[in-house]
Amino acid sequence: MEAQLDDSVLVRDYISGDEGALEILIKKHNQRITSFIYSKVLDRDITEDIFQDTFIKVIKTLKKGCYSEEGKFLPWVMRIAHNLIIDHFRRNKRMPKFEGNDDFNIFSVIGDDKLNAEKQLIKEQIDSDLGLLIDELPDDQKEVLLMRIYRDMSFKEISENTGVSINTALGRMRYALINLRKIINKHKIVLTNS
Amino acid sequence: MEKIYSEEQSVGRSFKVSPETIKFLMDFSRSFHCTHYGDLKFETNLN
Repeated sequence: MEAQLDDSVLVRDYISGDEGALEILIKKHNQRITSFIYSKVLDRDITEDIFQDTFIKVIKTLKKGCYSEEGKFLPWVMRIAHNLIIDHFRRNKRMPKFEGNDDFNIFSVIGDDKLNAEKQLIKEQIDSDLGLLIDELPDDQKEVLLMRIYRDMSFKEISENTGVSINTALGRMRYALINLRKIINKHKIVLTNS
Repeated sequence: MEKIYSEEQSVGRSFKVSPETIKFLMDFSRSFHCTHYGDLKFETNLN
């Protein structure tokens, strides 16, 4: 009986306030629309979501009185579903989804930027050791190195602050690094955090 | 005779959405109203 009712009649009845007409329309085209969506997305849950969104659009359009394709209800619904499938793939392309399973866990290959407790301790030790090594440098070299590395000043700013030329500041920085390497090599100090 | 197997067996299968989805849509439909005022249309969802 349901299959014999014309879509345009059911649409008209629904717009007139017969909610049951919508149920008949949904059940009548359920299999065809669901199979169409599933053939594209190959996922039952996503199929349900897209089917639901499709009919939410259908309901809104019909109740707003914007539907004007009398007699072509199914192609119209299929076109809405098709557009929502495209939206789904566009969204997934922008935000790829990774799902773990027993063999692969995404968290085994990604991590955050923070150091773990052990590496944080090592870093603090290295910073402390480096501070002691810098203290061994001549004052003029130490001053330039501290301004450049710890205060992130440009060589132009260092030059203005210390009253020496940029070339002199560059030279002092170069010698500071050379001398640091010499001290490190001489005492066979290892400064790594890998 | 050579047997040809398709990679995705389920592509051609027919499915239907669950009764829960249909119930949700019917509930949504009953709660959704559109009020026209001049050229304006107001959507309301009354649960």
